[in-house]
This record gives sequence, structure tokens and C-alpha cells, in this order.
Amino acid sequence: MKAYLTRRYMFSASHRLHSDAMSDVENSAIYGKCNNPYGHGHNYTLEVMVSGAVDEKTGMVCNLVDLDEFVRGQILERFDHQNLNTLPEFARAVPTTENLCMLIYDILQRGFRGAHLEKVRFEETMMNSFEYWGENRVIE
Amino acid sequence: MVYLTRKAEFSASHYYDNPEFSAEENRRIFGKCNNPNGHGHNYTLEVTVKGEVDPRSGFVVDLKQLKETMSREVLDALDHRFLNKEVPEFFNRIPTTENLAIAIWQRLSPKLNAAKLHRVRVYETPDLFVDFYGEA
Repeated sequence: MKAYLTRRYMFSASHRLHSDAMSDVENSAIYGKCNNPYGHGHNYTLEVMVSGAVDEKTGMVCNLVDLDEFVRGQILERFDHQNLNTLPEFARAVPTTENLCMLIYDILQRGFRGAHLEKVRFEETMMNSFEYWGENRVIE
Repeated sequence: MVYLTRKAEFSASHYYDNPEFSAEENRRIFGKCNNPNGHGHNYTLEVTVKGEVDPRSGFVVDLKQLKETMSREVLDALDHRFLNKEVPEFFNRIPTTENLAIAIWQRLSPKLNAAKLHRVRVYETPDLFVDFYGEA
């Protein structure tokens, strides 16, 4: 039987929304306070949803220890307490939570073999959340 | 089609052990969850049903009936129980959150009349939950 397992993680990071493709005036108009040159931070909540058949021997979609280890090693250690703008991943992309969602999805999709990746969801604040299901999925 | 979700909470204990595995394998695979004395969680259950809105009542489902069905079929059986020892589904199956979601689906699905069961979501902790949609 197929089940969907979701695990939540937290990390904190700073960013500044600024696009080199736009003038300073445009950047300021579009990004507002998020364009502050010194940056600002968030406590991000990351939700990873994976799916698969429930293994009859273990009762699990995937071993949580494996998922936790992957996320800690490949994501939390890389992004927690960092300034996102200084990371190579954001050398050319604006570190919006949309782009962060797609980047984390890509890291999980390429590296995590324990179960099928369904979705990455981010809460940037309690009021804003973003989700990415990959390109081939339309949400019902 | 409208979807309605009702939440409930229950507390239960469990442990993970597969008698087909050696003691060492059980410890390696299930870690702390293998402690045979069990440990507990405050579970949150979300039951989502779907259906057309009845033009006379304006309801997808009579919430009072749904609540009663959830209490009778699920909460009375699971709340303040040791799942491995007191709930028949788990005498021979490991009471993971995945299997709990499946068992709750199987308990509720045949008992709902007006609305159709859409999803069972079980939170083991606020940071870990499983969804089951009745998929084979």
C-alpha cells in the first residue's frame, strides 16, 4: 500500500533579494524591504514529502534515520546559519524562497535514494509558504 | 465536490520489532523505537472526507455523525492503548505511523455513508506525519 510521509526540519539563514538584471530603483520597487543591502533572516521550516509502498517487514515508506541523515548532511549543514547570497548556488539566482524550494528539491531528487520524492514545501514565516512538486506534477 | 477535515487527538504507546529479524537487526533498523517496553506519542489524526454538498442541509457530511464514527471506530480502540498488545491490527504488524494511517483508513472507510473517505493523515509528532489515500 502506498503512503506519503512528511518530515519537517528547521534552519535559519539570511538573504537579500536583489537582481543584477534590474536597476537599483527597480530592485527597490520590486523587493521593498527585502532589498536592504545588509540582508535579513528567517527561520525556515522545510517540509519534505516522500512516498512509496509500505515495506511489509519494517512497516515503513523509508527509514527516517536515512532521510534525517541525508537532510542533515546535504541540506541543513550547508544552509543553516548561512547568508544565502554568499553560497555558490545563489551566485546567479536570487535567493527567494521559490528558488530555495527548487534547489532543495533538486538536491533531494539527485541524492536521496530511500523513497520517491513528492514535494518540498517551505514556510519562510508563519504567513508565507511555498511548495514545489517538480515539473511534471499538477496538484489536484 | 467539497472536502471536509475533522481533527482528533489520541495518545498511545508502541514499539517496533519484527520477529523475523535478529535482535541485532531489530536494534539497527528500528533504533530507540525497538525498546520492548514501548514509548508513547500524542497523535493527531486528520480525517478528510469528500462529497457533494446536500442542497437541503448544506452539508457534505453530518459532522456529528463523523465525529461519532471516529470516536467509536478509532479513538475508543486506540486512545491510551499499547498498540502492539491491545490493537489486533498490530499483533502481527509493526505499528509505524504508516501502518497506523492504513489501519485507521480500513476502520473508517466502510463505516462512512454519505461522504467518501479522501485522506487519513496521522501526525506522530508535529514534525512527522503520514498521509494515506487508500491506494493499493
